[in-house]
Order: sequence, then C-alpha cells, then structure tokens
Amino acid sequence: MYDGGKIIAGLIIGIGLLMSPFFYNAGKAAKAPERVLTEKAKQAKECILDKAQMTASHFKLLDEWRHTVVRDGQRYYKRADGKVLYKSLQVTCMDCHSNKANFCDQCHNYMAVTPYCWDCHIAPEEKK
Amino acid sequence: MAKVTTPKPKELSNIEHSPPLMKGWMNTPAEIRPGIYCYASKPKNLEVLGMPYPKEWNPEDDDWKLPENWKEIIEKGFKDRLDRFRSFKLFMDICVRCGACADKCHFFIGSGDPKNMPVLRAELIRSVYRKKFTKGGKIFGKFAGARELTEDVLKEWWYYLYQCTECRRCSVFCPYGIDTAEVTIIGRELTNLLGLNIDWIAAPAANCFRTGNHLGIQPHAYKDMLDFFVDEIEDVTGVRVDYSLNRKGAEILFVTPSGDVFADPGTYTAMGYLMLFHYLQSQGLDITWSTYASEGGNFGYFTSHETAKRLNAKMYAEAKRLGVKYIIGGECGHMWRVLNQYMDTFNGPADFLEEPVSPITGTKFENAKSTKMIHLVEFTADLIKHNKLKLDPSRNDHLKVTLHDSCNTARGMGFLEEPRYVINSVCNNFYEMPPNTIREQTFCCGSGAGLNAGEDMELRMRGGLPRANAVRHVNEKYGVNMLACICAIDRAALPTLMDYWVPEVQVTGVHEMVANALVLEGEKERTTDLRGNPLAGMEEEEDV
Amino acid sequence: MNFILSIIVSSLAVVILVLIPWIGVGALDLKVIFGVLVPYAAMATFFVGIVVRVIDWGRSPVPFRIPTTAGQQWSFPWIKSSPIDNPKGTLGVVVRMIFEVLLFRSLFRNTRLEYRRASDGTPSVNYEWEKWLWLAALVFHYSFFVIFLRHFRFFMEPVPGFVKLLESLDGFMQMGVLPLNGFGLPGVYLTDMLLMLAVTYLFLRRLYVSQTRYISLPADYFPLFLILGLGFTGILMRYFIRVDITAVKQLAVGLFKFNPTVPDGIGVIFYIHLFLISALIAYFPFSKLMHFAGIFLSPTRNLSNNSRFKRHINPWNYPVKVHTYEEYEDDFREAMVEAGIPVEKES
Repeated sequence: MYDGGKIIAGLIIGIGLLMSPFFYNAGKAAKAPERVLTEKAKQAKECILDKAQMTASHFKLLDEWRHTVVRDGQRYYKRADGKVLYKSLQVTCMDCHSNKANFCDQCHNYMAVTPYCWDCHIAPEEKK
Repeated sequence: MAKVTTPKPKELSNIEHSPPLMKGWMNTPAEIRPGIYCYASKPKNLEVLGMPYPKEWNPEDDDWKLPENWKEIIEKGFKDRLDRFRSFKLFMDICVRCGACADKCHFFIGSGDPKNMPVLRAELIRSVYRKKFTKGGKIFGKFAGARELTEDVLKEWWYYLYQCTECRRCSVFCPYGIDTAEVTIIGRELTNLLGLNIDWIAAPAANCFRTGNHLGIQPHAYKDMLDFFVDEIEDVTGVRVDYSLNRKGAEILFVTPSGDVFADPGTYTAMGYLMLFHYLQSQGLDITWSTYASEGGNFGYFTSHETAKRLNAKMYAEAKRLGVKYIIGGECGHMWRVLNQYMDTFNGPADFLEEPVSPITGTKFENAKSTKMIHLVEFTADLIKHNKLKLDPSRNDHLKVTLHDSCNTARGMGFLEEPRYVINSVCNNFYEMPPNTIREQTFCCGSGAGLNAGEDMELRMRGGLPRANAVRHVNEKYGVNMLACICAIDRAALPTLMDYWVPEVQVTGVHEMVANALVLEGEKERTTDLRGNPLAGMEEEEDV
Repeated sequence: MNFILSIIVSSLAVVILVLIPWIGVGALDLKVIFGVLVPYAAMATFFVGIVVRVIDWGRSPVPFRIPTTAGQQWSFPWIKSSPIDNPKGTLGVVVRMIFEVLLFRSLFRNTRLEYRRASDGTPSVNYEWEKWLWLAALVFHYSFFVIFLRHFRFFMEPVPGFVKLLESLDGFMQMGVLPLNGFGLPGVYLTDMLLMLAVTYLFLRRLYVSQTRYISLPADYFPLFLILGLGFTGILMRYFIRVDITAVKQLAVGLFKFNPTVPDGIGVIFYIHLFLISALIAYFPFSKLMHFAGIFLSPTRNLSNNSRFKRHINPWNYPVKVHTYEEYEDDFREAMVEAGIPVEKES
C-alpha cells in the first residue's frame, strides 16, 4: 500500500466518526424511560384518545386545544363517541397526569424534545 | 484516400449541442468520419520504437487487423494500469456524472458530438471497466452502466481518444479533480498495445527517438537552419550573432521544440532565442544548443508514459555528456508539462547538474532545484526585472497583442504571470482575452497532443473554435492583430486556426517580440521586425 | 438505454425496496429481520466495503505528480503565486482540500455554455453565470449531514449537547399558526425542506439539461430516488403516520449497544425508512457515492506542484530502451563532421 499511513489515518478518523454512536453508548446504561401512571390515571383507564394516538400525537391535540381555546374561545372538546371534555392542560390533563417529571419530562428528555407548554403554563407542584 | 474537404466556417458553425433525446450512447457506435480522424500509424514508425503489432491499417476499414487475443491484451493492460495508477483507478470509480465538465471541452463546444463531453469520453472506458472489474457491472450489466468490450467499442475508444488534446480544462471544473487527460493518456496506452496509434504521433515519436527531433531533421540540416537564421538576423539588425552546437563544457544546455527551428512562425521565435543569447554573451552567458537533444516536445507522451520517458531521457543524457551545469528549456507546452511533472521522476536524479543560477543576475531558481531545468521565459523575466536587457518596446508598436495561455503550462505548471510580465515589458499594446478563456481556464488550440495533422483539419477547426472566438472578441474590441503563445504546437496550429476563423490575426512566440524590442550592441536602425514587416512609423520608408 | 428506461428501472428498484419491508413487517411481521439483522448487515457492508475499497485505491501508487494547477506557480519573490490553487507544499494542499471538501470550490467555477450563431453563420461562444449546481450540491450535502447528525438523538443516550443545539438552530422556524393549525407539528426543520428541494432539483436538472440527460445512468437516478424515498418516509413519519419514537430510540440504541431489542408500537413506516437507509449505506461502497472518500485521494487535488524542486520516486520505475548519443553519432557522424559539429569519435 502506498501512502498507507495517511490513508489508514484518514480511514480511522472517518470510520471512527461514523461509528461514534457505538462508542458513545458503550458502557452507558441508556435506560429507556418507563411511563409512570398515577393511581388516578390508572383508575381512569382511558385518556382523551386511545393510547397509541396519545403517545405519538398528544402534542397535536394540545396544539389544537390551544388554538381553539385561545383564539376562538371554545372551551369544550367533543370526542368522537360524544363525550365532552374541558380543554385544559392544567385542569384536564394534569388532573390525572400530575406527575410531570415522570410522565412528561422523562420521555421528552430521552428524545431531546423541548415543548413550549411550560413557557406559559405553570408546572404543577409535584407531590413527593 | 479521398481528399477531405473542410467545411467553410459558416457551415461548420452550425453546431447542435443537444444530444439525441431517445437513443442512448451505448447503442450508438462511432461513425469514423474523414476530417475528424488522423491517419493510422505506419508500421515502420512503430518498429523504430519497438511498439507491438505494427501493420498497415485503415480506420475506415472494417478489419483493423487486430491480433487474435486482442481482448486479453487489453484486459491485462487495463489491469496493469489500474495497479500502477491510482489516478486511473479512482477516476474509474468516483465520477457522479454531474455534467460540470460537459460543456467545458473545446471539442464538444466545437463539434457538439456528445462523446466529446469529457464525462462521456471517460465513460467509454469506464463502461468496460465496470464490466470487467466491478461486481455491480458484472451482475447488472447495462443497468449499472457496464458493457462488453467489442471491436465496435475499441474503435469508439480509438476514435475519441484521438479527439482529446489532454488539455485538462475539464479537470479544473471537476468537483473531484477527475482529469480526462489522465484517462486519455492511459486509454491511448491501451490502443498502443494493439498497434493502434495515429501516424502524426507515431512518426514524430520515431523521429525524436532516432534523429533527436520530431521532424527527423538530421544534425547538419539543423545547423543549416541555425546558420540561415544568423543570416536573416543580420539582414534585419546588421549584427551577426554567434551560437554554438553540441559544445562540451558550456555552462548551460538549451533545449527547445524543433518546430521553432523548422516551421514559421516558430522560426522567428528561434531567431529571438539566438539574438537573446548573443546579447547576453558579453554579460557572461555560456550556452549551447544540441542536435542530439534537439526536441523539447515529447511525442512519446501522446503514446505512453514509457515512450515519454524514453524520449525525455535524452535531455539529461546530453546535459551529462556535454558537462553543463543546468538546462534551459524553450517555449513549449506539453514539453513543460513533462519537464515539470514527470522529468525528475522519469529520468532523475540529475545529480550531475547544479542548481540553476542565472549567470547574469545571480538569481537562484529555487523552484527548479531538483530538475535543474528552467523555462527560458522565467530566465528572461528575471533578466528584465533586473534591468539587464536594453529594450525598445516601441518596436512592437505595430502589434496589438493578446496571450494564449498554453494548456499544459497553465494547468500542468501554473506558468501564467511570467509570460505576461515579459510581454508587457517588450510591447506597449497588450490586451487580455475574456477571463473564462485564459489562465487556468484557457482553451486549447485544438491541435495538441498529436492532433496537429492535415487530414483532421475539420476536427482542429472545430476544437479551436472557442479559442478563436475569444481572439475574435479582442480583435473586434481592441484591434488585436497578434496572438502570442509560449508553445510550439500553438505556433504551428494557431496560424491555420486564425486563417480559418479570424484571418486578421497572426501568431508569435514571446521571444520573437523580445528580440524585436532587444537593442543589440552595434545594430543598425531597424526598419522592420524579424518577419520583414515594417515597424510602426517606418511604413513609408519601406515603400521607397 | 435512454433516460426514460433509466428512470423506470431505477424508480422500480426503489419501489421494490419500499415493498420488501412493507410486506416483510406489515404482512409477515418479520420485525427482528428488518429491525435488527438488516441494519446490522447494512452497516457491516458499509464499513467493511468502504475500508476495502479505500485500501484497494491505496494499493495503487501515485507514480507522478499531476496536480491540476489552477493558479500561478511559486517562482520569483516578485511574482505573486496562488498558494491554494497551485500549492507548493503541504499547507497549501490542506487548504485546497478543505476548500474542495467543504465548499466544493471546483464546482463553484462552473459556467454554462451559451452558443449562438448569427444569421450570417458567425458563431459566438459565451459562458454564462451558473452556480445552481454548486448551490444545490452544497445545500444537499449539508442538509443531509445535518439531518444525519440530528438523528443522533435516536442513536445516543443521553443526547449530546451539539445535537440539541443543531435541532434548535435547524428548527428555529415555528410553524403551526393560522390558518394552518397543527401543520408543522412537531417543529419543522429547515434542512428537511432544503434536502427535498435540492434532491428534486438535482433530479430535474438531470432531465432538463440535455447533456446530463444523455450521460445519466440508472446508477445516477437510483440514489436520488432512494434519498427522496428516505426523506419522504421520514417526513411522513414525523407529521402524518406517527410512530412511538421512544420505542424507535430503544431499538436504535439497542443496535448501537449490541444489545438489540425490538419494542412494540413501531409502525411499518419506520421499518420502510430503516430499510431504505440500510439499502443506501449497503449500496454505498459499490457505487459512485464513494466520491465521498475518493475526493480525499484525488491526485490532481491533493498533491503539491513541487516536482521541479522536490524529487519524487515512481515505485515501479523501470529502465527503458533509449537511443543513446553513441548510437546517434554512429548514424550521423559523417554529416556532422562535414558540417563542423563536434563529435566524440572522428570516425
């Protein structure tokens, strides 16, 4: 091989950077978050929408609520099955999910998501 | 062979740059057209160099008299070259066909033939590479851009490899630096394995090998020419210049392309060299010409790296035999590409020579301390900078000059400012062509790399169109009437090109203008330039 | 092969690449194969393939110094040289390479031929401004790079700071305002849009410019379509057919920790996205995409123009037959003597 030193060094740097996720994660716990439901949430058995939808798209629902409440003054949400809910993050959502740290933040931190909910809303005081 | 007529400029300029819409290039075999191709190499010329498979053949015939195992020969030659040249291997692999090079080639601009796009010229070879040497090509065939090597493909190679002047303009624009010259050089090596050269390369290469210069001029005839120049110079200047030939013990060996000695207007450049050397004699210049190394140009380079090395070897051999300290090279294009990028590696180390130092100014040419070979224009620029030449630039006032950067010195060396400095010192009217056509983006004369024959005149006029177009621009805008260059092929090719496209413009070497301006000791009042044309303000006296 | 056939073939190939995981996971539930085995195989092919290819390049020497000199050589102190375009040493080469790799300097020189012919047949050759290819190429490569780095939030736990920074810069445009309630949630990334735009441009340019249309192979359309598919599935997944991304991250981190898990709750769309990127990286070492590594080795760019003052050795240099002076003099001695040219031997 010719210019072997330079070529191998280049390969090591290049491949090393591309493989950095392997090195970065090695030896780290990297525990996946587990959603913790409060007793109240468990008892409720159902959320606004079904669980898969809530997991993947809760922010969409919240955004819709925000718009319709703030701009249109519509405070009530009629679900497909006819059940009417009061549109409020703090009053409705956080009523069951009062454990923000374990319910919201865990996953948001895991995925490096920074929702702007709490720019305006006051996070509930958590009961230890 | 029927006489080939070249279309008139106004017909030839009817060029379509859009390739066919529906028919792909792989299904379009090359149509070998008179006026475009150069005649086949004659067997006697290949024999002189010991090249394989010398034979009489005609590119227009179906039968190219290939050896039975020609495919094996190509395949083996291909493999060898992949193993020897990283450039070749890499350039086979990494092209993304972005098309940046496509409209940069003078042959594509002038012909519209899509296979003259640098990318496609290389694809002709790449397609075979993929079939032979890559898994994808073997499995997916045409879908991976691969195809079998057939006789049609080989003919297509030959036809288009000898329509490339190795000018490297495309490589300036390629985002990966893919250099079609490199592909052409190696592709031509492959065709030479089967005895498929063109005679305008094979004959000069054979001549260079045996007689020392590409025209096959024997030593005494060479001397006759120099003597003739001495007479001519005396007619114009009244001074009889002195020169020496094959002289042992000289300090410097001078090597220039033989075209300067034997073909107008290069001959005027050669007179320029003689006058400059004579002028400097009294200041301590001790220089000799050589008949053995009487060719700076290297026609081997258009054949193969090996042949290039064989021909180039003469310069160091002669320098050693004569016992000189270093070598000065004349105005030549590809000669300087070889000298700059190959010579030391080919035939060095030149440890029997010394690092070049100008005997007149004492300037050390540090940029040549390994090859020990400097460019005459460098040498002259240094003299002018140090005020060692008495110059009267007004003696070039009848000229309005522009400079054609030779492809090889521009893109294989970066020799851009030195000639401009010299020209601006010896003449008062210098105008640049548009920036897209000079310096590193300069356009080829259209006849380089061995294509300066008569039978491919149409190709040459097409290839030279972009250059001629730029010359016409400055001709119309500033009245430019003289195209300067530092290349012997240019001096041979450009006059024809100018006659065809811009008949008002003539061609000169830089040292011809230096000599016009150079005030020799004891000279008579000059009324004409070296060509016998009246100087500005002298027209009337001439008429008497 | 004409361009229509090339496009059909390469788009068909991408369609098949979409269908394989769709059927494999959607119908046959082969999650372990498509979530674990395929990505591992693809990564192995990618890394091994690149190393093998680059080392293969390295096994061929660079016998001659052949830099393309795109500027004034280094000569006299009073002549300004171009240390970058015509480098005389390592520093210049490094800068030149940085410009090439990071800014596509050579492509920036691009122009467009404008050929006209006057009514009397006089031709005129002109060069017009043409930086679109350069711009699209630059936008494409940087967008791809940023998107790749942003994906590190799936690859690394905890997520490193630079990824968060990149995300906030890339997503600075907050969408989802009237009249498009809910559109662009979660935040829209600039690079997503730029990538899709640039790839679409590069594809259309191939078709629109008659010369590139003629030279393009299926191998040129295929990666473009693959990357379009990759971007399209990614956008679908983010905005329209959402999946549980914490589960996706578990899968990804599992792969990088050599402790693969296949959590539930990940929709087929993710497996299609994963399969397409696997196909892209597995294809990488065998394709023109190797220009990524090749640019670093290009002898016309990574060599300095110093061969007149520094000696270089060709490792396979071999002796050749030359025509010696003695042979030459033997041929012409008589004539030389007669002409008064000095000779070594008088007879």
